[in-house]
Amino acid sequence: MDKRINIALIGNPDCGSTTLFNQMTGGVTHKGSFSTRDITTKEGPVRAHKNVSVIELPGTYSLSAYTVDDIATRDILLKGRPDVIINLIDATGFQRSLYLTLQLMELEIPMILALNMMDEIRNNDIDFDLQKLEEELTIPAIPVSASKNRGIHDLIHYAIEAAKNHTVPKRIDFCSGYVHTAIHTTAHLIEDNAKKKHMPLRFCSSKLMEGDDLIADSLDIQEPERDIIEQLASDMEHHLCTDREGAMADMRYTFIRELTDNVVTKNTESTREQERALRIDRILTNRIFAIPIFIGIMLLIFYLTFQSLGEWLCQGLSLGIDQTVAAIDVGLKNAGASPALQSLIVHGVCAGVGSVLSFIPRIAVLFFFLSILEDSGYMPRVAFVMDKLLMRLGLSGRSIVPMLIGFGCSVPAIMATRSLPSKRDRHLTIALIPFMSCSAKLPLYTIFTAAFFQEHRVLVMSAIYFTGILVSVICAYIFKHTIYKGDPVPFILILPPYRIPAIKSVGLRMWENVKGFIKKAFTVVFIATIIIWFLRSFDAGLNMVSDPDSSMLASIGKFAAPLFIPLGFGDWRASTALITGLSAKEAVVSTMAVLTGTSEGTALSAMLNTIFTPLTAFAFMIFCLLYMPCVATLAMVKKEMGGWRHAAAVMLFQTCVAWIAAFLVYNIGGLFI
Amino acid sequence: MTLDKLPRGKKGVITAVKGKGALRKRLLDLGLTPGTAVMVRKVAPLGDPIEVSLRGFELSLRKSEAAHIEVEES
Repeated sequence: MDKRINIALIGNPDCGSTTLFNQMTGGVTHKGSFSTRDITTKEGPVRAHKNVSVIELPGTYSLSAYTVDDIATRDILLKGRPDVIINLIDATGFQRSLYLTLQLMELEIPMILALNMMDEIRNNDIDFDLQKLEEELTIPAIPVSASKNRGIHDLIHYAIEAAKNHTVPKRIDFCSGYVHTAIHTTAHLIEDNAKKKHMPLRFCSSKLMEGDDLIADSLDIQEPERDIIEQLASDMEHHLCTDREGAMADMRYTFIRELTDNVVTKNTESTREQERALRIDRILTNRIFAIPIFIGIMLLIFYLTFQSLGEWLCQGLSLGIDQTVAAIDVGLKNAGASPALQSLIVHGVCAGVGSVLSFIPRIAVLFFFLSILEDSGYMPRVAFVMDKLLMRLGLSGRSIVPMLIGFGCSVPAIMATRSLPSKRDRHLTIALIPFMSCSAKLPLYTIFTAAFFQEHRVLVMSAIYFTGILVSVICAYIFKHTIYKGDPVPFILILPPYRIPAIKSVGLRMWENVKGFIKKAFTVVFIATIIIWFLRSFDAGLNMVSDPDSSMLASIGKFAAPLFIPLGFGDWRASTALITGLSAKEAVVSTMAVLTGTSEGTALSAMLNTIFTPLTAFAFMIFCLLYMPCVATLAMVKKEMGGWRHAAAVMLFQTCVAWIAAFLVYNIGGLFI
Repeated sequence: MTLDKLPRGKKGVITAVKGKGALRKRLLDLGLTPGTAVMVRKVAPLGDPIEVSLRGFELSLRKSEAAHIEVEES
């Protein structure tokens, strides 16, 4: 049998590697075996090739050791030792892309260069000498179009060949003059260490000259050698009148400049696509129109996701679910199932499955549009336009889109944080998203404002949404000065030309998100719904109850009720409703209806008036706005932040914030009323 | 002069990259090395960040970051 071949796919951020990965695997993925606590790699079997799998590494510009993400990527390459590297580069950003290529070539791993966007190069009559490029770099260079699925067959073929024959790049020398001397002397010095630790010699020498202490540590270099290396580096700095990092970057870019002059001949300064981008940007990042256009686009996507298109799909789906559930109900009755079993299946299992399924149409629609924004190149412009606002919160412009999605639903919003380049930004954004009031809380606000604030409904509604934003701003400010201290990650972002998204790539991206959601949410949401069903249907003696007042859930509600007395709503029915709200926020209202023995509507309004005053009703709404997110959201927090510890922290933190905010509302409000 | 002070539409050549740590490394990695020609293409609607054109691509960076880059107007 053939040996397994692991292909590592790597390139600059947003160079199209996710698209290429999807084309290679057909969208079949599993969590990569190289995944660590800090980094999640995606791995999948390569289509039509047995025993070949591909790992998509996070995009990077350099193999340096400054950010957690970059260190993790480097570790995977150094310790995981994939059999072959596919380095995807954007041919239209040739110089910048090659900077990473030169570092990858030093790793002594077989390597293939995949040139994306070559069709654009040809369309612009730019002369690109592929043969020359292959000769100069001593590695195969394959033109591909990731979005149009062209050249990928060849690419895989060459990658497998290179892996089987273990053809490593022959050329690893890009330097001259003083840098050359310094690197070569270092290489002699550390040869034994590198051999002993199975580390690529040239890569280590270059990194040591850059002042990379992590490499020195992992090579176990001792004091006298460290001193000599330090001396070599400072000699080099002295001769070149620059520091070591500058010298190394300059060395690589000098080589790249010469290579580009040999390989690329172009007649014009900028390509047609770049000129088109400039024209489009005159409108989309215009001083006056940029922000209104962005808000308009987001509103349109929201409308399509949560009202028209998404809503129709949801209704169609829930109609189907209702009918299936009714059929199951009848079937069970006819089969003579016990009431407990019937209740478990209808109110437990079916309700759980139904609540997960009900998210899917919206997630699919939302990610369809977001993929279009992403693939078209509009996303980086959004970050460019909105950055200044977000910077004050210690975030960057990239966080704005996930935060806005949060007003629809936290689950896809948290999934959308994957596009953020730094872990710090990702975590901070995830912690703030649940404060954006999601659409599932809308029924609650609707019923409460109707019951208590008939005359000022719009005002009260706006006050609630505004409170959510205000709280997130305050929390962001506190986070910035406590746990997420330290310099914000540099906001340096490439603005690619606008491109027409390929439907297949958009479809695969959408499918990936939907599938990820189903996989994670099903288990967690499912179990949680069954637990809630169990608590609601049985009393402490495990007898099935018909009256919800005597269920275990009610006992827990009654037990928890005193906690809410300082907030003005110590009624056990309120606390019980809050607990059921964990399965889904819509459940708060329906539980109130069940517990007060009313149907939703005017009767419920009347009953609510006996439990709450307008002030406590407002405090209750504020608490609902801010308290711990629903289980589906928690499942996503766990997935994206990597552990229940984080999810529990988010849960506790938000409930505390909610308690404090409701306490302030009730007590300060009490002074005026 | 530093890059953040370079007027819109003006071209310049990088003479030095100051600053330290991750930021400086990222700037160098992206090709903002001494001797590189740059042009300030645009300023974001809220006054920050700026869009810079270099080595055949467009880059967005904050003024505070651009302030580390010394340029000479050409």
